[in-house]
Parts: sequence; C-alpha cells; structure tokens
Amino acid sequence: MTDHLRQFLGRAGFAFFTALIGAIFALPLVWFLFAPFNSRAELGLAIPEPFSLSNFRQVLENSFAIRALGNSLIQSVGGTLLVALAATLASYALSRSPLPGKRAVTYVLLLFSSVVSGSAAMVPIFLMITRAGIIDTHLSVILVFAGGLLPTAMFILRDFIDGIPRSYEESAMVAGASPVQAFFDVALPVIRPGVVVVVVWAFVNIWGSFLIPFILLRSAEKMPASVAIYSFYSEAGTPIVTLLAAYALLYSLPVVLLYLFVSWKFGFRFFGGIKA
Amino acid sequence: MASVKFENVTKRFGGFTATEGLDFEVGDGEFVCLLGPSGCGKTTTLRMMAGLETPSEGKVWIGERDVTRVHPKDRGISMVFQDYALYPHMALADNIAYPLKVRGQPRPERHAEAQRVADVLQIGHLLDRMPAQISGGQQQRTSLARALVTPSDVYLFDEPLSNLDAKLRLDARGFLNHLQRDMGITAVYVTHDQAEAMALATRIAVMDRGRIVQYAPPLEIYRRPATTFVANFVGNPPMNLIEAEARIEGGQLHLQAPGLHLAPLPVPAALATRAPGRLTLGVRPEHLALAAPGAANRIEGRLFANENMGPETLVTVTRTEGEARLTARIFTDEAPRLSGAVAFGFEARHLHLFDAEGLRVPGDGE
Repeated sequence: MTDHLRQFLGRAGFAFFTALIGAIFALPLVWFLFAPFNSRAELGLAIPEPFSLSNFRQVLENSFAIRALGNSLIQSVGGTLLVALAATLASYALSRSPLPGKRAVTYVLLLFSSVVSGSAAMVPIFLMITRAGIIDTHLSVILVFAGGLLPTAMFILRDFIDGIPRSYEESAMVAGASPVQAFFDVALPVIRPGVVVVVVWAFVNIWGSFLIPFILLRSAEKMPASVAIYSFYSEAGTPIVTLLAAYALLYSLPVVLLYLFVSWKFGFRFFGGIKA
Repeated sequence: MASVKFENVTKRFGGFTATEGLDFEVGDGEFVCLLGPSGCGKTTTLRMMAGLETPSEGKVWIGERDVTRVHPKDRGISMVFQDYALYPHMALADNIAYPLKVRGQPRPERHAEAQRVADVLQIGHLLDRMPAQISGGQQQRTSLARALVTPSDVYLFDEPLSNLDAKLRLDARGFLNHLQRDMGITAVYVTHDQAEAMALATRIAVMDRGRIVQYAPPLEIYRRPATTFVANFVGNPPMNLIEAEARIEGGQLHLQAPGLHLAPLPVPAALATRAPGRLTLGVRPEHLALAAPGAANRIEGRLFANENMGPETLVTVTRTEGEARLTARIFTDEAPRLSGAVAFGFEARHLHLFDAEGLRVPGDGE
C-alpha cells in the first residue's frame, strides 16, 4: 500500500511541478492577450474591467506606427520571396549538380552568414549600402536580410533535396521533359514542404529584426514596426504600457496568421518518397 | 521500335571503372536482360542507354542515330525505375499521363489514353488515387503504365520487380512476358535475378565487373556457360564446380578429385595440343541423381543438408572435410531417407569443362 501511496505522491508532485512551470511561461502570454483590451493596463496581470478597445483606437491614431506595419510587410515579404527563390534554385543546383567542392561552398557560406547578419559586420555593411547609393531604401533592408539568411536557407533546403530520390526528375526527363520542366512539374512540388519551412523561418526572422532596419533606414516613413514600436515610449524612455500592449498584439498578428495559413494549407507535412 | 548499339563504351566514375569496352547490340524487337551481381555495371549500362549517364568513351546508338550526347527526352525511350519514381503529388491518372502532358496533349485526351493503358494493366479503377494510397504491386503497374502510355523505340527496365514480394513478382513477370509477346517491343531489362532473366529474355548479357562475359539466348547460357562465373550465376541452385587434376593418357582425358569416380573421357580438341593441368568440372544439380552402387560415373560425399522443396529435394553433400560441397536436385518421390555416405551419378554428356582461367573448354558437337 505504501508503494502505491509513494507512487501517487510522486506523480502528483511531478504534475504540480510541471503545471507550475507551465503557468510561469503562460503568464506573459495571458498578459499579452489581456493588456491590450485594458485601458488601465499595467505590468501586472489583470482582467480587463471594463473590456475596452480604447488602446487600439489610440494606436490607430499614431500614423507612423501604422505605416510601419506596412513597411514591415514590404520588407519581410520582399526579403522572404528573395530568400525562398534564390535558396530553392541554389540548393537544387548544389544538390543535383556534380560540382566539385559544393559541400565546402555551403559550409563556408554558412560560416560567413553568421557574420553578415550579426552586428560585427554592421559597419562594412553600412558603408557598402551607402556606396551602392541605396541607403534609406526598402531594397537595402531586403538585400541585407537576403544575404544573411540565404546560406542557412540553402543549407536547410539542400539537405531536404538531397533526401529526395533523383529518379523523380530522371523519370520526368525520360518521359520527355526538359530539365526546367522536370524541375517545375516534379521536383518543385516535392520540395515544396521544405520551401515552406524556409519561407516561414525567413519571414519570422525579418519581421522581428530591429538592428538592420534601424541602421539602414533614416526616414520615418520607411521604418518597420520593430523600430516603430519605440514610439510608444515616453521621452524619458518609460513604456506607455497600454499602447505598447495593443501595438504588440497587432505586430504579432501577421506571424500568427502566417503559421495558421501554412498549417492549414500545407500542414507542415512532408511527402515522403514512395517505396514498396 | 529500334535497335540499340554500344560501341566500345567505357564509363568511369572518378577512379572507378563501372563498365569497360562494352560492345554489343540489341536487335529490333529483342528483349535483352542485363544480368549480374550488384556492382557489375548493369544499371550504369542501362542509364547510358537512357542518357542519364554519359559514357567516358565510346558511342551509343539507337536505331541509325548516334545518341551518345543526346538528352534523355530526345531519345525516344521509356523507362521503368526500380523505386517506380511515381510523383507523390499527382493522382495516378496524371502520373500515367505525364509523358503525354509533356508532349502537349490536352487534358481530356491524355486522360482517356491513361485510362486505356490503365485498363489493360488492371488499375483502371484507381486512377483518382494518389500513389501513396495504393499497394506496391499497383504502384509497379502504374510505373509500367506510364512507360507504355507513349510509343517508344526502346523500353528500359531497371530491376522493376525487385521491390515486390515473391508471389507478386511471379505475376508481374508473367505479365511482362505476355506484354513482350503481344507488343513485340524492344526492351532492355536489368536484373540480378537469373530466373527473371531466363523467363523474360530473348537474349541475356551476363555481366561481371563492368564487362559482358557472355551474350546469348537463355538456353545457350544455361547449356553452354562461357565461364565458371556464368555457370555459377545462372541456374538455381548454381552449377556444381569441382576442381580436378587432369592428365591425358592413352588418348583419353583422366580427371581426379576427392570423391570423384569418372570414366576416362575423349580428349576435347582444344586440349589436344596442350597439357591440361588443372581443370574445373561443372555439373548442374538437376543432372545429378542418386547413384546405383558401382555406377561408372559418380561423386561421393557425406550428407550435409537435405532440403525438401515440395516436388523436389535439394541434397547437399561434402566431398572432403571443409567446404567442397555439392548439391543435387532430385524428385522428392525418388528420395529415400538419406544419411551418412551418399553417391550421385551423372551422365558424361552433362559435364562442363573449364580451364584454369575459368573459360569453357568446348566439347564435342559445339
């Protein structure tokens, strides 16, 4: 009997402990959902009383912050499309072609990319972008992000494509398809789940980045939301919690929507190869 | 329909030579099997026909055309892959109709054509399924249907049955045989299964280490294997090979080996001018029978294994201590309870002789 009791107490203790950890992690999220609808929100957790949209009304009046959401969209979508397109083509070539030293190329790129997107290379990047005459443009942000994210994206995708049998494209070519047709008809649909992973990953990365747009952009009308969120701080540097909460919720929506869309449309599923 | 010709084709991958100096022709309407163990270069040979590999040296011809550097899509071929290579995102109808889609046929027409071929292969009711939703045998037939949906000069098969279980494989083999008889297609078929090659081929090319060792009709390969390698590869179980000491005495060939009692043979013309030394004696398991006591030609040994296969029984004996084994295939009804010493008898006309290099010594009437 004591054995049973000990087992029960052990399990109960474990359940309590995990519930506690879960609660600790859930609290900020609950705040994140409640605070925007509370016109007197503070850093403490409180149930909105009354439930109000006044925070959002005020945020919407801040045209700089709202335009920034549009800028974030331009930069993230632009960067993501560039990364996805270039990474798919590059990793397909790296996986399928008999280029000597192609593994080394990917690894060296991967190594440098952590430097490029990191803050260590900020000064040279700034100088390059200035010389190129595209400072303070969306293009500069898109290009720098694409450069920084591409190697990792290529690395992920090349691994994915390596795992797909060549016989798919080979059978398409024997059936009469040109290499380009074989790529679009057969290879790309099979690779698509990997591309989707890269798209989500790149989008989230660019959407949440602060440093690069902060350094490369000057004019207020081009700043993305990650920078504009600082307009909800007072002159003294203290956050205006009510507005910050409402804006943060708006800011996170596109990413949530992207996840929901991808999960609905593709389900993060993989088509495996078919083998008897 | 067209013939295929290889002219001195060598393929190297880095330092590894996959095929060396291949020189052979597949006639119009022939069904040729490339047979050999894994790594012998048979799949590489097939892929060079398909254009999926380019020869390092030599030329490949299809019909009157030098296709050595022609892209697969322009070769007028169809191919069935070992893993079937069915496109997982397309329904069966689209999979089968893909070669037609590439040729720009409108959807209704190509689907009608896919339906026609699928009906012949008895998968017509599955056309709206996805490849992952059908069985292995059905996948195999789908890939076959995709290869047959367009008329091609040459049909290539890369071990298409090796992923099927034994029963399905027999069904599919019979079906392919029927298809070949029905349509008279030119086909090249890669396999490591000698029974498959025997059943399907009009000619078999036995390959070993990148070379063709023998290229002949199945029965010729079975009756007159060119080398000990072919003798050992074709036949189930393979031919028994016995190392023997040979000498010519009084115009007759005497062969000696442990357990072997053999009446002197007439000297083959090829051995008349040189001292034979060591020879390898070959005799197929199905040509051995339990010997009557005192039979002139017999091999003796001790029972090692006795495997009942239903109508037939495989009896294996060891001639000497160690590995020198010998297997006989005899009718179960004629097999008594065996134990201890066993003797097999055979007729001299069923013997094969190979010289020290493993090459066949031609016998009388060859």
